Amino acid sequence: MSALAVYAPLLPEAILAIGAMVLLMLGVFRPDTQEEAGRIMWLAIAVLLAAGFAVLQGAGTELLFAGAFIVDSFARFMKIVVLAGAGVALILSFDEMADRKSLKFEFPVLVLLSTTGMMMMVSANDLISLYLGLELQSLALYVVAAFRRDSTRSSEAGLKYFVLGALSSGMLLYGASLLYGFAGATSFEAIAAAARAPDAGRDMLLIFGLVFLLVGIAFKISAVPFHMWTPDVYEGAPTPVTAFFASAPKVAAMALFIRVVISVFAGIQPQWQQIVVFLAIASMLLGAFAAIRQTSIKRLMAYSSIANMGYALVGLAAGTVEGVQGVLVYMAIYIVMTLGTFAVILAMRRDGAPIEEINELAGLSKTNLPMAFAMAMFMFSMAGIPPLAGFFAKFYVFMAAIKAELYSLAVIGVLASVVGAYYYLRIVKLMFFDDARAPFEATLPKERAVQWVAMVLIIAFVLPVISAPLVDAAAAAARTLF
Amino acid sequence: MNLAGNSLLSVVTFLPATVAIFMCFLNSEAKQNARWIALWTTLFTFALSLLIWINFDPANPDFQFVEERAWLGPIKYKMGVDGISMLFVVLTAFVMPLCILASWESVEDRVKEYMIAFLVLETLMIGVFCALDLVLFYIFFEAGLIPMFIIIGVWGGARRVYASFKFFLYTLLGSVLMLLAVLAMYWQAGTTDIPTLLRTDFPVSMQWWLWLAFFASFAVKMPMWPVHTWLPDAHVEAPTAGSVILAAILLKMGGYGFLRFSLPMFPVASVDFAPLVFVLSVVAIIYTSLVALAQEDVKKLIAYSSVAHMGFVTMGIFTFSQQGLDGAIFQMLSHGFVSAALFLCVGVVYDRIHTRDIAAYGGLVNRMPIYAFCFMIFTMANVGLPGTSGFVGEFLTLLAAFKANTWVAFFATTGVILSAAYALYLYRRMMYGVLEKPKLKAIADMTPREIAVMAPLVILTILFGFYPAPILDVTAKSVNRLVERHDAAVKKARAESATRVVISPAAAPTR
Repeated sequence: MSALAVYAPLLPEAILAIGAMVLLMLGVFRPDTQEEAGRIMWLAIAVLLAAGFAVLQGAGTELLFAGAFIVDSFARFMKIVVLAGAGVALILSFDEMADRKSLKFEFPVLVLLSTTGMMMMVSANDLISLYLGLELQSLALYVVAAFRRDSTRSSEAGLKYFVLGALSSGMLLYGASLLYGFAGATSFEAIAAAARAPDAGRDMLLIFGLVFLLVGIAFKISAVPFHMWTPDVYEGAPTPVTAFFASAPKVAAMALFIRVVISVFAGIQPQWQQIVVFLAIASMLLGAFAAIRQTSIKRLMAYSSIANMGYALVGLAAGTVEGVQGVLVYMAIYIVMTLGTFAVILAMRRDGAPIEEINELAGLSKTNLPMAFAMAMFMFSMAGIPPLAGFFAKFYVFMAAIKAELYSLAVIGVLASVVGAYYYLRIVKLMFFDDARAPFEATLPKERAVQWVAMVLIIAFVLPVISAPLVDAAAAAARTLF
Repeated sequence: MNLAGNSLLSVVTFLPATVAIFMCFLNSEAKQNARWIALWTTLFTFALSLLIWINFDPANPDFQFVEERAWLGPIKYKMGVDGISMLFVVLTAFVMPLCILASWESVEDRVKEYMIAFLVLETLMIGVFCALDLVLFYIFFEAGLIPMFIIIGVWGGARRVYASFKFFLYTLLGSVLMLLAVLAMYWQAGTTDIPTLLRTDFPVSMQWWLWLAFFASFAVKMPMWPVHTWLPDAHVEAPTAGSVILAAILLKMGGYGFLRFSLPMFPVASVDFAPLVFVLSVVAIIYTSLVALAQEDVKKLIAYSSVAHMGFVTMGIFTFSQQGLDGAIFQMLSHGFVSAALFLCVGVVYDRIHTRDIAAYGGLVNRMPIYAFCFMIFTMANVGLPGTSGFVGEFLTLLAAFKANTWVAFFATTGVILSAAYALYLYRRMMYGVLEKPKLKAIADMTPREIAVMAPLVILTILFGFYPAPILDVTAKSVNRLVERHDAAVKKARAESATRVVISPAAAPTR
């Protein structure tokens, strides 16, 4: 028993991996019906809950596998957000798939597997465990993107994601090999120690390794200029899958990004700071301007997520405790806003077919006021208008940027947010100011539940009851990295 | 008193929004219920706000009714009023019931939602004037955009979409820069508590940037020339009550911001930038008055005249003298009900004829004597005729400007003449002449409801014209201390920079 107790920090990942296997077996050996698939879906949600519960049991900083796997309060915070994102995305997909009679047991299994990968990414403390987690996550995501294999768009999205993802993995691996060459070890501690040497900043091996590694990760969070896949994959993938893509994987990749730059490259902060500042500015601007002319709501959300990653990176660029805290708060709020918005997008259905045209939202306030109101709150929140949660997300990252004296970054950021406000407002305008079109089908109960819960969280974030635990937890998590 | 006094401001602030939340559960068909609930809520809020005025101690220049609670870490929930802000709270609470009454019959579509939007807006507007924490202030200041955007966009006129977007994006653009300044101030001073910040000396080089960032926000909100262009559009397209709120309250936030933040917190930068403000104010006064003269649309004309009147306010504020600041506050309050009244007057005929075209009217005095009388009073107040409330503010600001800079006063005075020109010209075209337009032949005079809306405004306009003491007494002490502190801070900073100039040549060779 005592030998097993050493692996206690691994419990959440173990629950997920074993759960995924068991559900896979269940799916294979039980009859192939909708009811069975639905049952497996519920079980998958239960597995995620159990994993979340297991995450909360840990305390302090624990290392495993000779330091390759780390569980600290930063990892715990990010894991909870990842699990919550994955769980809500599963709940959202449930209704949609059941409605289309296309429930398949493979879907929850793949989501569980990719979530396992994300958990490993969050806890990675070694180049090898980093890569393992990243690939486990990505491989499952490639399959999920092409999940509706009879649809060309879905297959195309899967293929595109796979090819570009493989390219980014290659770059990441190249960077990792350069770093190994530089430090002679793969563990983060060893690389960090080597990078802290007085003139490490002038070592080309380290700089190139840093750049390639960050390129690989920037691809995963879809920061400009490595964002090209995002709109196509978001648009092509089935909408429940898009909701999943936009939430949990982004958080996991951001966690990886934070850990790599803060704890591995702490010694060469000026070097990585330039890169992060550039990624942030480019993402905010492109996300703001490119979204203006979109006609598909899923493409719009793709650009919106690009812009959101840009804002999150503003906090990271500061490279301080406040900055990391800001990013963590940002990601948590981002997940709520995004999943809420996707709950509305999923509810856009007519005659059993999903609607993706933005213009079809016209007059929604007359046909379905609660949904229109919820969507309006998500849009205002994304635009960063107080007193909604999205404002506080931006508030914390810009607060860190100002403290770090990144004034031009902050000014460009807030100006880009004004441009971005335009397209969020356009959706509000369509729903409230324009004439009504034919109503959508009735909203399914789980979608409505997600819409309402997300909306209440967004509005009630001003109350310290909701915001204080999140902000405090983020602060505690951020401090463990320094 | 003690228990109520401690949270009176919060009650006044959040009462409307609380009612609005309950109204969400109201049956949408029950339009009359929604109207009555909104009316009683706003009236009750007004009554409570009068309680603030009654219990307010004018001899105390400090913040009163202060209320502090923990909120988000260093950011506190802190409310309080002083002589500068208290009357704006009362003004807001006073104007709201009039807005609800003015929309009684003209809004038939989505009445419940309309009333909810106004109640939420009232909470946010009162909050702006009560907030004693910078971040709290910013949240109230900015959040008001959402209901106003919806009000203009849903219940507005033909070009409402354009107007609502322009309003929202212009204001947002100014405000986000202010947010960055707020954050910078937090890191400099370690707090966002306004009373503490009022006593903090910011380095002069930093003051410049902070001042500019706040200026970006307040100048748009004010609005000052040349960023005033959103105002005519928003005014024209907004429903009558929306225009009233815009003119009476939202425009005052800019001036209030200058008084509360720019002047006391960045005294040196304010002095350094005063010439810029004077130039912009004078341009606004003359240019927009001329533009108003050429308008064919009643609402647009009044909107441009608002910009001109706000020019007097900014001019008065940046004289840094007791008269100038008193005058500016008085002008803002007076403009608050005079411009509100003018928009309500336009609403009265708009509800009957459904056009804002000046040419469509003429000879109204023949059919609508009471209306013509009210309109006359407000036109005169708008011109600044002695004996109306419009005169006091304009006179005081001009007096202060004359002391500060004769030329500024000279050019600003031409604005008074121009305002007489456009206001009387408007009055002649609408009221006098022969009543020959077929549509106007059967037009009815004001209903008792409309008279009930106008009567308090007429009384106040005349009352404060002859007896401005109630307002000036309340503001005097706080303004006096603001001016004293401002002078002291500027002198201190000048003395410091003078010593630095003396020392620097000696220090230079060591580098």
